[in-house]
Amino acid sequence: MRKIIFIVQKEFRQIFRNKMMKPILFVMPIVQLAVLAYTADFTVKNINIFIEDKDNSGLSKSLINKISTSDNFNLVEVSNSFTEGFSKVEKNEVDVILSIPEHFNRNLKSNKKTELSISADAINGTKAGISINYLQNLIVQFSQELVAKKGVKNTHSGIEIIQRDWYNPSLDYKYFMVPGVLVLLVTMIALFLSGMNIVREKEVGTIEQLNVTPIKKYQFIIGKLLPFLIIGLIEFTIGLAVALFWFKVPFLGSIGLIYIFTTVYLILILGIGMFISTVTDTQQQAMFLSWFFSVIFILMSGLLTPIESMPEWAQNITLFNPIRYYVEVIRMVMLKGSGFPSIINNFFIISGSAIFINLLAIWNYKKTS
Amino acid sequence: MKTFLAFVNKEFKHIFRDKRTLIILFGMPIVLVVLFGFAITTEINNAKIAVLDYSHDTYSQKLQHKIASSGYFDITDNLQSNSQIEGIFRKGKTKLVLVFPQDFGKDLVNNKHAKIQVITDASDPNTANILVSYLQAVFQKFSAEEGVTLQSNLDIKTRMMYNPENKSVYMFVPGVMTIILMLISAMMTSITIAREKELGTMEILLVSPLKPIVIILGKIIPYLVLSMINAITILMLGLFVFNMPMEGSYLLLFVEILLFVLASLILGLLISTVSNSQQTAMLLSLMGLMLPTILLSGFIFPISSMPDILQWISHIIPAKWFIIIIKNIMLKGTGFSAIAFETGIMVLISVVLTIMTVKKFKIRLE
Amino acid sequence: MEEEKVIEVKNLTKQFGAFKAVNNISFDVKKGEIFGFLGANGAGKTTAIKMLTGILSSSSGEAKVAGYDINSQRDKLKENIGYMSQKFSLYEDLTLKENVKFYGGIYGLSNNEIKNKTQEMITDLGLEDIQDTLISDIPLGWKQKIAFSIAVLHHPKIVFLDEPTSGVDPITRRQFWNLIYQAAADGITVFVTTHYMDEAEYCNRISMMVEGEIAAMGTLDELLAKYDAKNMDEVFIKIAR
Repeated sequence: MRKIIFIVQKEFRQIFRNKMMKPILFVMPIVQLAVLAYTADFTVKNINIFIEDKDNSGLSKSLINKISTSDNFNLVEVSNSFTEGFSKVEKNEVDVILSIPEHFNRNLKSNKKTELSISADAINGTKAGISINYLQNLIVQFSQELVAKKGVKNTHSGIEIIQRDWYNPSLDYKYFMVPGVLVLLVTMIALFLSGMNIVREKEVGTIEQLNVTPIKKYQFIIGKLLPFLIIGLIEFTIGLAVALFWFKVPFLGSIGLIYIFTTVYLILILGIGMFISTVTDTQQQAMFLSWFFSVIFILMSGLLTPIESMPEWAQNITLFNPIRYYVEVIRMVMLKGSGFPSIINNFFIISGSAIFINLLAIWNYKKTS
Repeated sequence: MKTFLAFVNKEFKHIFRDKRTLIILFGMPIVLVVLFGFAITTEINNAKIAVLDYSHDTYSQKLQHKIASSGYFDITDNLQSNSQIEGIFRKGKTKLVLVFPQDFGKDLVNNKHAKIQVITDASDPNTANILVSYLQAVFQKFSAEEGVTLQSNLDIKTRMMYNPENKSVYMFVPGVMTIILMLISAMMTSITIAREKELGTMEILLVSPLKPIVIILGKIIPYLVLSMINAITILMLGLFVFNMPMEGSYLLLFVEILLFVLASLILGLLISTVSNSQQTAMLLSLMGLMLPTILLSGFIFPISSMPDILQWISHIIPAKWFIIIIKNIMLKGTGFSAIAFETGIMVLISVVLTIMTVKKFKIRLE
Repeated sequence: MEEEKVIEVKNLTKQFGAFKAVNNISFDVKKGEIFGFLGANGAGKTTAIKMLTGILSSSSGEAKVAGYDINSQRDKLKENIGYMSQKFSLYEDLTLKENVKFYGGIYGLSNNEIKNKTQEMITDLGLEDIQDTLISDIPLGWKQKIAFSIAVLHHPKIVFLDEPTSGVDPITRRQFWNLIYQAAADGITVFVTTHYMDEAEYCNRISMMVEGEIAAMGTLDELLAKYDAKNMDEVFIKIAR
């Protein structure tokens, strides 16, 4: 066991001898956490809307008024030419066109069917969908107000939704993102550090010297794991502090539980990195391979787009994504106060995988070629 | 000129001799684009929800049936009491709980008005809101069909311009293409100069009569070729696997891709010149670029929804501009004038990055 | 000198596909000897050494180092040998003291032993000024000596040196060989490969490898007489033809 400590000492010395490492390891991720957590907001403001009004009645004008006074919309222009609106969309000056047809007023007043048309610039993807949603809601509100004016008794007709938001009553998207981004950052650091490590010794040649010594493979791997585990946990702690004190993300669950899970999780990620390091010959190859896995892990984690939206086969792939399990756990423990029984599945999957991959790395690392 | 060509030649040989890296360089983007093209979407289907039905009447059953068949929802649990709600949220799979009050059906028939409690797991507020709006739509339809609400004569027709079938693929594939192309280009060049420094072959370069700008150009050209091959492969995937439209000019698209790839490569080189080891270069380019590019480029989260500071920062991310350009060309078919501004910005970014790289390189020499 | 054999090699072969890098070599090395393994670049010396140190598997044949089989008793074998690779494999981003501490610990030396040995090394080699300098900033000649000292730090039975004197001037080479003599006097058997033919003079016995086979073996005098040569260069030329 003593031998492991010598390896740990050496690794730490090597990491911190490089002056650039401290800021990269501790400052960069924290800055990213603080800044990027603000990106994940789907509430859309400043939708540029163009209204084609072929009716020009008091009614159409009051609809236009309702829209222009809403917070979400920015009325660019009203005219009776759709082509004008369209050309503005082409120039990216307008996001949405609302078309009010002729006889809008007349038809509505005489209970005849009439149709409003919304055209959204789909280039903006998600924004377009949300914009349409907002506009539809506004219009429905408008139509209900009309009905109310007609003197019908129930202004709230139909089914009314009473919305109660648990665990995040203010619907603060940061509560959702911050733990997730923290997970991503800690994962990346762990994966990249361990991925390049053994390979570097191969490239430089010191691995030969190590292979000649009587050191056992497991001592070797553990000795390399420990420093990165410690670094990972320190980073996690700093990030957690930022989450709790800067972002004020609630923490309902047990801190001990989070740390235990994080430790096991880090061992898994480090194991993956170690394994990559044993199957590559150059740091460059290790880098590309680590990148490949981390991009997949990040984009298919459920953090950016929901896992439930993915096709079946893709969802099955996410079963092999450690981040997915970790994000679930950290959210459940922090925001809902879930205890060990709720996360027991995830715990077993992660610890089992951690043991497996590390054994695989030890097995794959050959002291003799 | 001869020395320059010899230099470029050497770089090419370096790259093509490393078969493993080549496979990774060309294979990975293909795998990633195909994977993400199919997997990345924000449409929500089969969201798991639970129902707590106190009324058990035909109306609540009908409505539940309608909800279940909408495609958006999967009713996975029927709760018996309020106390179970907490437990089911704790398990982490249920997104929301619908609570039907005792007199649901009666209220609907007699008063034309009933309330339903929708309890969301708002730890993911974006999904929560989207699901509630889906529910709203289902409820509205239901009310109208059951004669509870007066049929409004007002119909709303919606369409997505440039994407009439509302394919989410159109929204995300250009983003996926951009992100992958940028990351891989920057990554390739970020490690090259750092590698030479570590292996000691840098000195040979420095002793040669080549000027720094020439060395930099010489390093970029082979990777430019590689990246363009990648770019074209990715584009073909977009066109033939995902059936992306191509309304605009291929020539214009090619030029824009060239510009974007150049910017990414130079960015990687800049990282390479400031790094003191391969490890540092790797950490900087991977950790420094990955998340900001994915999150600030507008690829998934709309930039216009972000706080002003972040919107300003997003201006210096080449990926952000390129996504606009590529979508405009492919989906809108616009000509150069519509994207002149964005193109100009990318040129500016490339020039600034080049100047910075040459400067840093010179400092390293001393 | 005792007759105890510390290295016994019988018909050792290493094959890479159809190419035999080491072809059926057999020899013994006695305790306390300085055994020179000469040969041109690419003759198979490094391959042979790697097999004997247990970091490369053999294709066929047997060998025992320090009494342990190179294929089945590698762990024990490694506890009893020292090694200095061609690249001298010291950690460039660590200082001299840090390198010593690391390798000392790996070989199981106690903290006290490490401290004492470090001091010894610094004093013996006159390295006081550079004891806290990074290896990357130390000139090649010093690096070699440090690497050798670290290789024998744990007083192994045998130390294997792979081209230890490549790239330095003759004076530094001589100084290095003094270190080797000292180690041999201390009872450490030295197995050294080199392509410098004149270094044969420093060895008790020499073997010459040509294209994977042992073409000649014996003491310097024996070989000079046998091949009617004035020095090992001539012997080499005569054999390699």
